[in-house]
Amino acid sequence: MADKTLPTPDAHLDITGVVCPVTFVKVKVALDELEPEQVLSVRLNDGEPVQNVPMSLKDEGHKVLKLSDNNDGTFTLLIRRGQD
Amino acid sequence: MSFTDSQLERYSRNIILKEVGVRGQKKLLAGRVLIIGAGGLGAPAAMYLAAAGVGTIGLADADVVDLSNLQRQIIHATSDVGAPKVISAKETIEALNPEVTVNTLQGLVTSENIMTLIEGYDFVIDGTDNFPAKFLINDACVIGAKAFSHAGIIRFQGQLITYIPGQGPCYRCLFPSPPPPDAVPTCRQAGVIGAMAGVIGSLQAMEAIKYLCGIGTPLTSNLLTYNALTMEFRKIKVAKRSTCQVCGHNPTIVKPLDYEIAACDLKSKPA
Repeated sequence: MADKTLPTPDAHLDITGVVCPVTFVKVKVALDELEPEQVLSVRLNDGEPVQNVPMSLKDEGHKVLKLSDNNDGTFTLLIRRGQD
Repeated sequence: MSFTDSQLERYSRNIILKEVGVRGQKKLLAGRVLIIGAGGLGAPAAMYLAAAGVGTIGLADADVVDLSNLQRQIIHATSDVGAPKVISAKETIEALNPEVTVNTLQGLVTSENIMTLIEGYDFVIDGTDNFPAKFLINDACVIGAKAFSHAGIIRFQGQLITYIPGQGPCYRCLFPSPPPPDAVPTCRQAGVIGAMAGVIGSLQAMEAIKYLCGIGTPLTSNLLTYNALTMEFRKIKVAKRSTCQVCGHNPTIVKPLDYEIAACDLKSKPA
């Protein structure tokens, strides 16, 4: 199922165990540990996290590459880290 | 260093801010702020800095908590009356955020000890209530090349300015010397609304946070004044004075000096 045009993530993060705003905070911390242009894969819950986290990341200059439904109530978000 | 889950939760509102983020929070946790005067201005400043996660807070104050302080010095409680202010404040900070290291000096800050006192800190907050102390802090921070926030409050009015070495004027550029004793009434004689201390002390905390994080524009070269009755803030452009005795071209003040403190200001209770 993997899209061949998408890069392999440099790191993975699961934020299904936490709620807003710690969801976004955890993604920020994980991105901070990467270099610009590296890719992070995030597993997140449907609902508020899916609505808010991608939008907040775009606001901060990161690129959302893909958001895919895992069909189990969670999504996988692929993000390319923006420049400092 | 990496954050614990409880730190991520505690500081989430800071970290979410683009301007602060992970790096800014790390700077705050590594930050060291000295607050001189654990009174009206120092109380909100200390509490907001502790809440924000500033790693080390120094408190210097010679006084004990008086019942008449509680109208504005919200870091102290009724049960603290009679206790040293620095101890009372330290307990409040530790209850609010146990991660903060609090250093205390229970005594007067003088020309003898101020240089050593400010040395280990990134930023100094002047939360004092008398002119000799304000000039002492200014001179020491200029000589020691230390950023600091000056503030003063009386009745319904407050003012503040930030000094950063090499940027803009110092307090003495604006006010070359203290007014004669008794020319300006103290808070004790003139009165002050507690919320005034809250407004101005909180602005001082904001300046410290901005400085530690390296964000925004500091209140240098501008004196901010606040009149609560008319609800007017004014930002008055002020310039460095080349003849300033401490930061000018030919400084005559090269080490901190003590002005005489009016006798009534030294008492913790009105006579």
